[in-house]
Amino acid sequence: MYFDWYYIEGILILVGVNLMVVLGLSLLTGFTGLFSFGHAGFMLIGAYVSAICSMNFNMPFVLAMIMGALAAMAVAAFIGTFTLNLKGDYFCIATLGFGESMRLIFDNLDYFGGSRGLPGIPMKTTFPVVIIVCVIAIVLMTCLIKSRHGRNMIAIREEELASQAIGINVFKYKMISFVISAAFAAIGGVLYAHYLGYLQPLMFQLTKSTELTIMVIFGGLGSIGGSVVGAFVLTFIPELFRAFSTWRLVIYGAVVVLIMATRPQGLMGGYEFTDFFRWIKRKITGKKYETPALLKEEGEQS
Amino acid sequence: MLSVKELNVFYGGIHALRGVDLEVNEGEIVTIIGSNGAGKSSLLNSISGMVKYSGNIELKGHTLPKQPHKVVKDGIVQVPEGRIVFANLTVHENLKMGAYLRNDAKGIKEDFDRVYNLFPRLKERENQIAGTLSGGEQQMLVMGRGLMSSPDLIMLDEPSLGLAPMLINTIFDIIKEIKDMGKTILLVEQNAFKALSVADRAYVLEQGVITASGSAAELLADDTIQEAYLGKKK
Repeated sequence: MYFDWYYIEGILILVGVNLMVVLGLSLLTGFTGLFSFGHAGFMLIGAYVSAICSMNFNMPFVLAMIMGALAAMAVAAFIGTFTLNLKGDYFCIATLGFGESMRLIFDNLDYFGGSRGLPGIPMKTTFPVVIIVCVIAIVLMTCLIKSRHGRNMIAIREEELASQAIGINVFKYKMISFVISAAFAAIGGVLYAHYLGYLQPLMFQLTKSTELTIMVIFGGLGSIGGSVVGAFVLTFIPELFRAFSTWRLVIYGAVVVLIMATRPQGLMGGYEFTDFFRWIKRKITGKKYETPALLKEEGEQS
Repeated sequence: MLSVKELNVFYGGIHALRGVDLEVNEGEIVTIIGSNGAGKSSLLNSISGMVKYSGNIELKGHTLPKQPHKVVKDGIVQVPEGRIVFANLTVHENLKMGAYLRNDAKGIKEDFDRVYNLFPRLKERENQIAGTLSGGEQQMLVMGRGLMSSPDLIMLDEPSLGLAPMLINTIFDIIKEIKDMGKTILLVEQNAFKALSVADRAYVLEQGVITASGSAAELLADDTIQEAYLGKKK
């Protein structure tokens, strides 16, 4: 089989880009229970802000990345103040509107190149950079989910009213989740901008947001491992079947429908890889079930 | 202990509570009776800060904050209507969640014993997943979870809703026991007869207005109340 590392590397970088956004979205959707169809908007903010930072202000890559993330966090905090009190579907629609309006705003801002696009961004996203960023992101996200804050978010997902009744500040934790999720999406956008070297608002359409949400649900809500799998599989499939030209998107659709029909909880279904290893260990040693780490006594406050 | 003055709640154009005044004294059971849509739940929801309101609500002389999590911290806990448990956690974990805001490991342990004493059924099912409990057991669990935050005032919203008559009796016996533990209880009920038989005092709420109040015994004997809520014909 014809094997071109440069081509594979390119796809892997795109996987990394999607993975960053999907991780963020997973925190919001999978762990806090808020659906968003506007994460391409945060990606866009991260991408454009960082591109301007590295082109017009000659900032180093890391600084540009931080600026992109901060910008998205600020916008998320602002939007969240007005929308996080909305229930379920209404929040979803608000994010959808946000994502599209972001695209249209950047379409009309000449400073960012408008709809002609923004060329000449330094191509600083290399394969090692993506690997490092993604590994850091996965570790950070795992720590967050296992912390007291992460458990609060899970409690809100499970039963918002009950969480409120026991004294969890529901709005605050939704806000934290939303802002961090926006930051992850923005970093995905930063990597994307510095990989392509060219930006255009059309890249961040509603279809992009939808695609990201599909990845989260495909991988399994409430599972970081699931997000990784989702981003991998759904970025690779359209590329693998590129030879079939237009049919590849049909295959993509068929795979998504097939998985959702046979496994509605997603590929990982809320489990992590560590649960899988524990399961294997249990099979080998024949030991009884032990409580998942999340539910263990670490919740004890002292 | 709790005093509500001139409480008004609007849902859009609907004036759900119209200048409600209410007093709850330390150590008593106060019940609010009324038909569907009278505003009973709105009253509880505004005390616990889940609904926007105008008016003054004071707890022990201090104005109550309007955010739910701060209200819990101040010692008022609401047991919401409809048995809302964390369905994927065990009974024990659900109770532990109730102690979310507390830091005193010793006090929490004592409260665990107290709750398990009050609800032996929950002790039996300590490690069962809460979603698989029966309706009555879930009701016990949410009440137990409320007690775990060690509140001064516990607000029960329709604890008898959808339960078998036998279980309703058990639940009301337990409400009396909670009172004997030194807790103050604000009880909202549709089962007016049951509610009045355990309560010290009662308020009647009709379309957002308090139309009658007094000791529970008085209201139980009142002709109009009997006719409207206790199903007795003159």
